[in-house]
Parts: sequence; C-alpha cells; structure tokens
Amino acid sequence: MVTEELSARQLRDRIAAGQITSVEAAEAVFKRIEELEPVIGAYISTYHDRALETAADVDRRLIAGEPVGRLAGVPVAVKDNMCTTFGATTCASKILENFHAPYNATVVEKLLAADAVIVGKTNMDEFAMGSSTENSGLKQTVNPWDTTRVPGGSSGGSAAAVAARLCFAALGSDTGGSIRQPAGFCGVVGLKPTYGRVSRFGLVAYGSSLDQIGPVTRTVADSALMMNVIAGHDPADSTSVDEAAAPVCDYLEKLNEPLKKLKIAIVPEFGAGADEQVQKAMTEAIDVYKKLGAQIVEIDMPHLDYAIAAYYIIATAEASSNLARYDGVHYGHRSEKATDYVEVYSKSRAEAFGKEVKRRIMLGTYALSSGYYDAYYLKALKVRNLIRGDFTSAFEKCDCIMMPVSPTVAFKIGEKIDDPLQMYLSDIYTIAANLAGVPGISVPCGFDQNNLPIGLQILAPAFAEDKLLAIARMFEKETDWHTKMPAIIT
Amino acid sequence: MSELQHKVIVGLEIHVQLCTKSKMFCGCAAEFGAEPNSRVCPVCLGMPGVLPVMNKQAFEYAVLVGLALNCRIAAFTKWDRKSYYYPDLPKNYQISQYDLPLSTNGYIEIPLESGRTKKVRITRAHLEEDAGKNLHTAGDFSQVDLNRTGTPLLEIVTEPDMSSGAEVRALAAELQRMVRFLGVSEADMQKGHMRFEPNINLVITKDGRQYKTPIVEIKNLNSFRALERSVDYEEQRQLDEFLETGEVMEMGNKTTRGWDDEREVTVLQREKEEAHDYRYFPEPDLVPVELTDAWLEEIRGRLCELPIKKQIRFVEQYKLSDYDAGVLTADRSTAEFFDEVVKAGGDPKRACNWVTQDGLRLAKERGCRVDELGISPQQVAELTNMIVMGDVSATAATAISDIMVTSPDLSARRIAEEHNLIQKSDADELEAIVDQVIAANPNAVEDVTSGGKKSKKARGFLLGQVMQKTRGQANPKVVSEILAKKLG
Ligand SMILES: [Zn+2]
Repeated sequence: MVTEELSARQLRDRIAAGQITSVEAAEAVFKRIEELEPVIGAYISTYHDRALETAADVDRRLIAGEPVGRLAGVPVAVKDNMCTTFGATTCASKILENFHAPYNATVVEKLLAADAVIVGKTNMDEFAMGSSTENSGLKQTVNPWDTTRVPGGSSGGSAAAVAARLCFAALGSDTGGSIRQPAGFCGVVGLKPTYGRVSRFGLVAYGSSLDQIGPVTRTVADSALMMNVIAGHDPADSTSVDEAAAPVCDYLEKLNEPLKKLKIAIVPEFGAGADEQVQKAMTEAIDVYKKLGAQIVEIDMPHLDYAIAAYYIIATAEASSNLARYDGVHYGHRSEKATDYVEVYSKSRAEAFGKEVKRRIMLGTYALSSGYYDAYYLKALKVRNLIRGDFTSAFEKCDCIMMPVSPTVAFKIGEKIDDPLQMYLSDIYTIAANLAGVPGISVPCGFDQNNLPIGLQILAPAFAEDKLLAIARMFEKETDWHTKMPAIIT
Repeated sequence: MSELQHKVIVGLEIHVQLCTKSKMFCGCAAEFGAEPNSRVCPVCLGMPGVLPVMNKQAFEYAVLVGLALNCRIAAFTKWDRKSYYYPDLPKNYQISQYDLPLSTNGYIEIPLESGRTKKVRITRAHLEEDAGKNLHTAGDFSQVDLNRTGTPLLEIVTEPDMSSGAEVRALAAELQRMVRFLGVSEADMQKGHMRFEPNINLVITKDGRQYKTPIVEIKNLNSFRALERSVDYEEQRQLDEFLETGEVMEMGNKTTRGWDDEREVTVLQREKEEAHDYRYFPEPDLVPVELTDAWLEEIRGRLCELPIKKQIRFVEQYKLSDYDAGVLTADRSTAEFFDEVVKAGGDPKRACNWVTQDGLRLAKERGCRVDELGISPQQVAELTNMIVMGDVSATAATAISDIMVTSPDLSARRIAEEHNLIQKSDADELEAIVDQVIAANPNAVEDVTSGGKKSKKARGFLLGQVMQKTRGQANPKVVSEILAKKLG
C-alpha cells in the first residue's frame, strides 16, 4: 500500500523489497495530483506517461534482478528552473514559457541515473525572485496547510508538492532562503547545501554566487538520501568543489552517528525580531536539544543586520547580468511589435518579464553602474566578507547555530505583494547562509495557533552537511512535528 | 606663417585569436570557415543554466605571450563580465578580464628600417572570449553566425609609444612573427586572427606652445597596409583639422573612425565617445586562476628564442645583413633550420644564401617548410662548404639541391661527383689545359698581349675555350688567374 505516511526512503525500500511496485507508487502520486493539484497548483508541468514508463522500467529491472539506483521508483519533483530535455523549463516566466532545453541539469542527470521517477516540474517565483511564489508568471501555488496563504518561495511549488504528498521528495534552489523558507512554511524539511557541494550546471541562474540546489523532503533521512544522489563535483561547474578538498560522504550512513557534547549557538539579539509564537517554538526546540545534553552558547554575529542589504545588491547585480541573455534574439519570447533589434530587446523584455524581475534587474543594473559600483556593489562584497568572518568565528565556539527560518509563519496571499521591503524582510534569517556559503536546514518544529507550521533553522560549517543532518535527525527522533499532515490530504 | 611642428602619437590595441583546439569556455572546435552556426553548443550559445569552463590551453598560450612581451605575470587572475547588448553576443555580456589581467607592464622590441630596434611598452594583455559575426545580408534583417562566439582572444594594449605609421606597422608585423614563433596563433590577417585599433593624436608645437589634438580611435583594422595608411592619413587629417578649428584634446572629445579601404580615408563613426558603461563585475561562474611558480616555470620552458632576438643574433654572430636576417626569421622553422645548418659546420653566409634562395624556392614548389624538404642541415652544411672551397659553382649547387630533394640519402659531394658537378680547381691540371688553348689560339693570344680594344673580349674567348674543354667544370676564377699569369 502506498500511504501518505511513507517517506521517500521507506518507499524506496519497499519497492526494492517487492512490497510495492514502482508503478503503484507513481499511480498513487498521480491520483493525488488529480485530486489536489487544482487546489494547490504546485506544478507547472507533469509528466504522467513518461513517469509511468520509467516506473515500469524500474519494476521490470527489479524483477529481472538487474541493479537499480538509489532512488529507484521514487516519484520526485524538480523545480522548474532546472533544465530537462523533456518538457519546458520555464522558470515560471513568460519569457521562457516555451523554452525546451537540449540538455539536462547535472542534478536531473543524477536523479535519472538513480532511477528516480520524475513526476513534474514545480512552480516558483519567476526566476526564483521572491519569497511567496506569488511572483510566478504562470500560476498561483497555495499553502496546503491553509489555501488562503502562500507556500513561501521561491521553491514554493516544491515545498507545497512535498507537503501535499504530490511527490515523495523534490529539488529546490536556494539563493537567499528559497528552499528553507518554503519548507518552513509548508512543514517539511528543506536543506540548502554548502555553496559548491551540488552542481549548478543546468540550474537557470539568478544570483550565481549564491544559488545552490538542495532537497525538499518529508524527513531528514530523505534529505540525506537525496544528498547522496546529488552531491559531488561536476567538471561542468567550475564552482563545484573538488572532492579531494571536501569529500562527499554517505549522508544516510552518518545520520545516526551520535553527536556527543553538542554545542549549539544562538544569536539572541538577532532572533528577537521574530513573532512571539515563532520564538516560543524556537525555545521549545532548543529545550529538546538541552534535554539531549547539548550545551547552548549565546553568540554575537554583529554583521547579520546588514545581510539583507548586501544580499539584495549582490543577488540583483548578478541577476541583472544573468538575465541579460533573455533578449528575444536567440530563444524565448520575442515581441511581435519590434521594428528593429533594439526594440526586439526592449519590447520582448518589457512584455515578458514580471514586475519583481524588472525591479531586481533595475536594482542590480544600478548597483553596477559606474559611479555607484563602489558605494553599492563593492561595499556589499565587503559586508559579505564580514558576514563570512562572523560565521568563521562563530563556528570556533559551536557545532551549529540555531535560529528561526523565518520571522513569521506563512502569510496571506496578497498580504505583502505590494510591499517589497516587507517581503524582503521575510528572508532575514536565511540570507546570511547564502552570503557565507554555509549549509542550512529547515526542520518542522511546531505550529502556531492557526495550525500553521513553524520551522527551525540549523546552520553548520561549510561542507559539514553530514553533521548538520545528524543534528537535525536528533530533533526529529524526539519530536513528531514532521509526521503531521495538512488536513487537505485526508 | 608661424612656426609649426608636429609629432604623431599612436597607441595600439590588438586582438589576437589564439589557435587552441577548442573555444575559451566550451568544448566547441575553434575553426574558421565552417557552415554558419555549426560550431556551437549550449554554452557558447549562452542558453539558460549553462556554465563556462576555462580552456587551460588558452590560458597557457596567453601566459606564453605575456612572457614573450616581458610582462609581469599575475599569480592570481580573475574573470569579469563586460556587459553590452548586441545580437552577436548571446549572453549580452563578454567574459573578459578587467582589473586583474594576467599580464601587465611589459614591452616589445620592434625592428626599425635603420636596422636598429625600438622598445614599445605594453600596458596589459588579457584573455577574453570573442563575439560572433553579424552577417548583413540582403533584405531588411541581419543574420548572426555564432561559430566565432567564444573563441579565445588575447587583447594586447600598448602605451602610446609609436610615432609613425611605419612604426605601428612594424609593431604589428613583429607581433605577428612573435605569436607565430610561439605557435599560439596562426595570425592570419585574412581570417581575422589579428585585428588592430590604433589610438592616434598629434602633439603640435606652434609659436612655442604645445597643443594636443583630440584622440581618434580607428576601429577594426585587419591588414598591415590599412593600419599604416590609416595612421598616416589621420596624421595629416588631424593636422589640417587643427589648423582649421584649433580643437584640442579634452575630456569626452575622443571620436571613433573607420577606415574606408577603397577611398583610403578614415570616416567618422561616433561623434564624441559615448559614456560607455560596461558594468564590469567579477564573473561568479568561474573561479580565479592561481598560477603557481611551478606552472609558470613549466610554461616558461616552452618559450623559444624570439624572432627579433634571432634576427639581431644572426646579424651580429654571422655577419648577415639585416635584410637577410629578417628573411630567415620570418618564420620559426626557416630560422631554426638555418641555425642547424650553421651548427652542422655550414658557412653562415652561404647557408643564408642557400636557405633564402634554393631552400625557400624548393619549399614553395613543394608547398612545405624548408625543414620538411627531406634535406638535412648536415647536407646543406656540406654543400655550403663545397661552395666555399670552390668545389662546386653556385649553379651546380642549385642543381645538387634539386637532386638532394629526391635523393635525401646522398651526401652533397656524392651527388656532385655522380653528376660531374665538381668544379676543377687544381692549378696544375688546369694549367695544362690553358697551355693547350693558348697554343691552339695564337690570334686571340695576340689580341690579349697587344692590349687595346680587343684584349678583354679575347681573354673572355680563351676562358670560354678552357671551360668548354673541361665541360664547364673548371673553376673560372682559377682559370682567369692562370691566364693572367701567362699572358700578363
Ligand atoms: Zn560551444
């Protein structure tokens, strides 16, 4: 039986043991998609036939006793900013609505090599710019816990799909919190690996020095399993880290290694801005660790207050350049009103980019312009270095840092869409990890009075994903938040 | 008329296409003349989500040129994005190097007509990717060929140290010879492997005061001739313009002109330099390159003796003329072959003659290089020494060379002997023949000894008789000496 309680790992094991077929699992997922997707809107595209073919092939190979991959038969979803040779890769933008990539992102190749069954591609804020998925140029995704609320963003589709059991695991991308924040809003686990741990090849770039692909899953173990599949050096991505310098390990195997004398740091001043109920859930989560014998240290990270400002300069500067290629000349939307090549650029972009994308392109262009470069971009780089320094000295005193994922729970659809600054502030706790390049995870740690999920964020030193996952697993073992499901499922 | 003097000042920006197998940041073949848009991939097409990977060979080639230009090579270089919108630039930014170029502060030594050389300072040399080509075909649209997109380019910038069109041309030619010697570029003008952009203005002294004319940049020159002519043209044009308008250099009045090859004039392209804002920033998709000492030394090991050094050495060491030394060092294989001949004991002057005449002629006939003729430097050395010793004549040497090409295993002497091309220089043997000729031609002898008008002609006749008797193998110099001794 394929039930909603199963995790990806459990499903995989049952398929391998012959208790469930891969086709049964895929069919169950597509049945739920049929029921719930009209409400949730998690997917930009689904691949029913293709998925069932893959599933049938996995079943055939299992019966034949042929070797299968680590995700054999597990239905997974991929954020629509990762290129696939099947279907479109839209980035939820009208400018790429009909773009079909002739190549797979490295992570997609890895999923396929692991015999995962790719169910579909998930909705997101256009070009991953946003914190609510409301900036999608193609559709609206809602939070499965309360359909009047946002799922978070920009990987809102992936988080909603996992929470609503429309897949068993998903890939998201995180530039300033885009995996962790929606995972927190949707009550699932979201991991942003260290910058350079997972190949970015085929991930449509937003802020190249910040973007990182990671898993959105039901359990910590599932994140470890997904990391086992996607982590590692890729010769096609020069910024992916050499495994000789930072070896990839079996994250599942190291998951239950006991962590003795765990030292957890909190940043009291920085966390103080969160909603009362978020703070309460945080305190309770810390108490769980205390009971397990962890020592709590209070630290100061003086430059975190400048993280948002630095982030919105660096990310938008890179974005203004990364998005320059969508000009209607070689592919993507081309204005029919253009009368010369300059108009091909200006009209195509004016017609097909959404408001937030335009805002960020303008911000970034401004920050890089001569006369402003030193005051904005260069200064932001200096802040980034100071924040890196904050993390380096923090990790000399602790094994990990804990703070909320987000200052609030999922907010109402439309609540912040006209107030970009308020929207930007919802990333206040997640952005620093991207600037410093360190890994961070979001795990469910409670609910507010409206039964909306709250996320606990744990940050660890670069390339310490094994430790980060093990620390998260300690909490998961002691609590049952991750087993709760939104009412819409049942 | 007031007192007026002027001097032209030229700095040069040169783009050299490196002859790597693949492009700068992807695996596509970097080749010329293929079907449009057939040498492209998602990376050089700038498709969504793709990432560049640096071509190590291109980097090493660029370092090699930097070393040859006596530059300081940076131990740490990074890449930057230079943003501008143009249809031949698919990403709408070019990956280049902005504030940390891989080489800076060098110089190039260029040969001047006088045989002396001049040092021109090199500001910087950096790597970047080339753009594609817009094909302005018939109709009211353009087509884009992206085969060239992403091919590695080395941009070299000189200080404004040149003061004539001839000097600018000399630098361009020297650079061409250098990169070919280093094997890092074919430097074929016709294929656009080298493109020049001179910045030109004048310093005018009038009534004891100095004036600088506005700087003009001439875009995209791809022949030495156009380069030299355009500089010369600008020199006169700017002088005329100054006399007419009196306009002098100031912030923002640099203009851009193009070269009209047919009318041989420069044409205004852009009035006032627009405030270009390329919004450079560090390329986040590439990691900086750290050039270790060991790696640098490894690259340095691939340097060869540079052409200008070879040319100077040939003049000094072998007493060749500057012209001959220039012909020999026009390409590396010819120069090195010549060096080998001399090392094998060949007479330098004769070796030079052989290489530049018989050698290059045969190579041209066969469409190969001199060192590919199948004639060894040892064979040539022997041949040159036979010429020096008077064993063969220059004419015979050419005949021997022609045979050597088809019989590479035979020594020059063996060929000469087998084909009766050895010159008779033995005085005793020749004296006997001269005596016979004298005895047989009393009239001619009479004409020689009596002096007068007929003497020279008669002497030539007697020499001809000796040559005939020896079937051309007598050394004419020796015969003349014997005749002179006998007949006065
Ligand atoms: Zn390519």
